Amino acid sequence: MSLDQATVRRVAALARLHVEEADVVRLQGELNGILGWIEQLQEVDVTGVEPIAGGGGALRWRSDAVTDGGMAEKILANAPDREGEYFGVPKVVE
Amino acid sequence: MSVMDWGIAQARAALAKGKVSAEELTRAHLTAIETLNPRLNAFITVTGEQAIAAARASDTRRGRGEVGALEGIPLAVKDLFCTAGVRTTAGSRILADFIPPYESTVTAQLLRDGAVFLGKVNLDEFAMGSSNLTSAYGGVENPWKRAGSPDVKLVPGGSSGGSAAAVAARLVMGATGTDTGGSIRQPAAFCGITGIKPSYGRCSRFGVVAFASSLDQAGAFARSVEDCAILLGSMSGFDPRDSTSADVAVPDFAAAAERGVKGLRIGVPREYRLGGLSAEIAALWEQGLAWLRDAGAEIVEISLPHTKYALPTYYIVAPAEASSNLARYDGVRFGSREKGDDLRDLYERTRAAGFGDEVKRRIMIGTYVLSAGYYDAYYLRAQKIRALITRDFTDAFGRVDAIVTPTTPSAAFAEGENTDDPVTMYLNDVFTVTANLAGLPGMSVPAGLDKQGLPLGLQVIGRNFDEETVFAVGRAIERAAAFSAKPAVMA
Repeated sequence: MSLDQATVRRVAALARLHVEEADVVRLQGELNGILGWIEQLQEVDVTGVEPIAGGGGALRWRSDAVTDGGMAEKILANAPDREGEYFGVPKVVE
Repeated sequence: MSVMDWGIAQARAALAKGKVSAEELTRAHLTAIETLNPRLNAFITVTGEQAIAAARASDTRRGRGEVGALEGIPLAVKDLFCTAGVRTTAGSRILADFIPPYESTVTAQLLRDGAVFLGKVNLDEFAMGSSNLTSAYGGVENPWKRAGSPDVKLVPGGSSGGSAAAVAARLVMGATGTDTGGSIRQPAAFCGITGIKPSYGRCSRFGVVAFASSLDQAGAFARSVEDCAILLGSMSGFDPRDSTSADVAVPDFAAAAERGVKGLRIGVPREYRLGGLSAEIAALWEQGLAWLRDAGAEIVEISLPHTKYALPTYYIVAPAEASSNLARYDGVRFGSREKGDDLRDLYERTRAAGFGDEVKRRIMIGTYVLSAGYYDAYYLRAQKIRALITRDFTDAFGRVDAIVTPTTPSAAFAEGENTDDPVTMYLNDVFTVTANLAGLPGMSVPAGLDKQGLPLGLQVIGRNFDEETVFAVGRAIERAAAFSAKPAVMA
């Protein structure tokens, strides 16, 4: 499978990465180089193999309880923009 | 012997006898950093004043008889671990001004045990790389030099390049690292020191900036197997704040290192010999096996049939997880922000300006392999092959107690080499990445020099949660190798 330029633009949009038009061809070449190398996985027989996500098996459950909170100042301390106790962003609703 | 050559165990003994204070030890290392860091660029942030205050506090505790396992020991922290009140960049522009309000579990445990942090060390951006060259804060110079080429700058490996260079150059006695595909073991090998990546779940990932959550694992660098064992003992243990943290007891790793290897069965995977292994690396490997045989181990040839698929599998799984984990850097809650015409444009421009090329490539690969229509062909298939790779190890560990391989396919390379094509760079991790996919502990021990005078490492891989055997085998290699060469640039 080889990416065309439209797909490179679509993937960049899905990933929320602004890509300059001049960089699309370079990215296309790099991504296709990596994907072409990954293509060798298609030759492995995976019939009947259960996929694993790794991470040492089943995740541990915990009780659905509030264990933390009341630290708005700490959380907002690194915000690029804030309005009182809220994160500030450009207007999204007209 | 200068205090700068002491290991952690020696420094502990000297501190206990009152031969030196933690403050003196810290000041000596800070002086070394001041002298050498402008050249090596191992540290992104040096916390000198805090370190001196921490060292004094350590001396005060010692005066009261409170002595932790790392009391007064100067360490460096990979700049991927959140440290409360101290800038944590992950090697990225996007976190250039990020000051975590909380401490990672691993660093909190080191502090609990009395360690003194001298600063935050350099790394590939978001731990994605094998050269430290993707860092937004510049590359790190490997303190080792090729014989006769003192001006050629070699890379320290990556992603924990700053950790490895700082320990090798005697700027600190030990350092934390993280290893997602080889990021502790490869730089340890390139810098002639010891590094251990424990089993997945051994060290808490809480407060470690996430790259690929099913593969990321914290570990330790030091200049001896024993020192690595001391550090890992402090870093390990169950943490309810990490849902993949393992609730298993932490053994005495340092004691395990002295067990010896008599009667152990050591596996040698035949697939690792394939693909044009250099004669020097092959010879070192044979030498390592001979040492272990002489120490009473039995060498057994094994097969890990899916080895050649491990790296391409990793380059689906890791970017997929990274594309998800790095979605949080959107310029809203923390990190840098670029102006945009609207919220979406703000996200896209923030991420384009904040991430470097390698991180963007991986985010795009990850986004693609998870996207509708390609998920089954790429991601699901990779998860199945990951199961096959894990099964290879399970089968092998039915016959052997540990596996020994070279750590890397070559010694440290120069800046500018291996950078023409991303895949060439990825091949650095060909021997290390399998342990991450299977969640197994792996360690690199310096075992010799190549003909250019550069260090080479041997890797020991163990059963899940059997770091004890890994330490025992690593210590046996260390004892036989008697590696005493030193880098050209050191304090």
